[in-house]
Amino acid sequence: MRIYDETFTSRLMLGTARYPSPQILKDAIVASGAEIVTVSLRREAAGERAGQRFWDLIRDTGVKVLPNTAGCHSVREAVTTAEMAREVFGTRWIKLEVIGDADTLQPDLFGLVEATRILSNDGFQVLAYTTEDLVAADRLVEAGCRVLMPWGSPIGSARGLNNVYGLRAMRARFPELTLIVDAGMGVPSHASTAMELGYDGVLLSSAVALAGDPVRMARAFRLSVEAGRLGFTADPLQPRDFAEPSTPVLGQALLGDTVFA
Amino acid sequence: MKIILNGEPAEVASSTLAAALVELGYGEGPFATALNHDFVPAPERCETPLSEGDAIEVIAPMQGG
Repeated sequence: MRIYDETFTSRLMLGTARYPSPQILKDAIVASGAEIVTVSLRREAAGERAGQRFWDLIRDTGVKVLPNTAGCHSVREAVTTAEMAREVFGTRWIKLEVIGDADTLQPDLFGLVEATRILSNDGFQVLAYTTEDLVAADRLVEAGCRVLMPWGSPIGSARGLNNVYGLRAMRARFPELTLIVDAGMGVPSHASTAMELGYDGVLLSSAVALAGDPVRMARAFRLSVEAGRLGFTADPLQPRDFAEPSTPVLGQALLGDTVFA
Repeated sequence: MKIILNGEPAEVASSTLAAALVELGYGEGPFATALNHDFVPAPERCETPLSEGDAIEVIAPMQGG
């Protein structure tokens, strides 16, 4: 999987929030095989040191971090958060979220394009959390974005892929671009389906963190992403309307009265 | 001087952002700062003057999705 000028073996990116404990988070990262995890920034009181502890834990795992602008509802907020993330995490990557609707957490595509242009011009490598809207996708690419991350369904909804047709169309429109389904995964088959559509990767968080056994679920998603990718690259059989015998009929003995033409 | 730190009222004697952070108890840890909604890079904190009513944001790494 290619993210700007770097290549990764794993096609699964994992969120780090809402795990039962730091140790379970660490174990889940290992079990998932993820080489990239998402992180965020929040206010810290003097002397609290929670940020330092979390940062130490993530650095211990040896994975790369992808900071997000989660919770930002305006271009200004998102741009300022990205600037702060670049300094704290020492990366040009930013998972750019500009949220437009409080209930669905749907991205504000107008603000997203504007923020992408500002950040790309400032040297950021933007991974845009978007929808499957092709017009917005065109504008994001024009603005400098090289990794599009359409939602599968609303963040944390566990509904899987709401619009397979739209995701397939986006893959067809941008055959060379890195496309990652981000958000809405619930069970491993959702990730497999995304990979079978030819997506380069999957980003998920709550599906693992909030599972009864996050470490086990992390491994399940690892396998499902690998299976989906293998299936996509193996030139799958296309669906048809009628049956086709899988057992050869040539040489079958005539033992009854019925003969199908 | 009265300021707003992470949305809460606070009082500092320092006249620069860098000095105020030390006065407020922020150490060397990984954090970034904004003053009145604008990002202030770490190297510029010591040259960034504070005024009455300024709003300082100090943010640090945390878990994200």
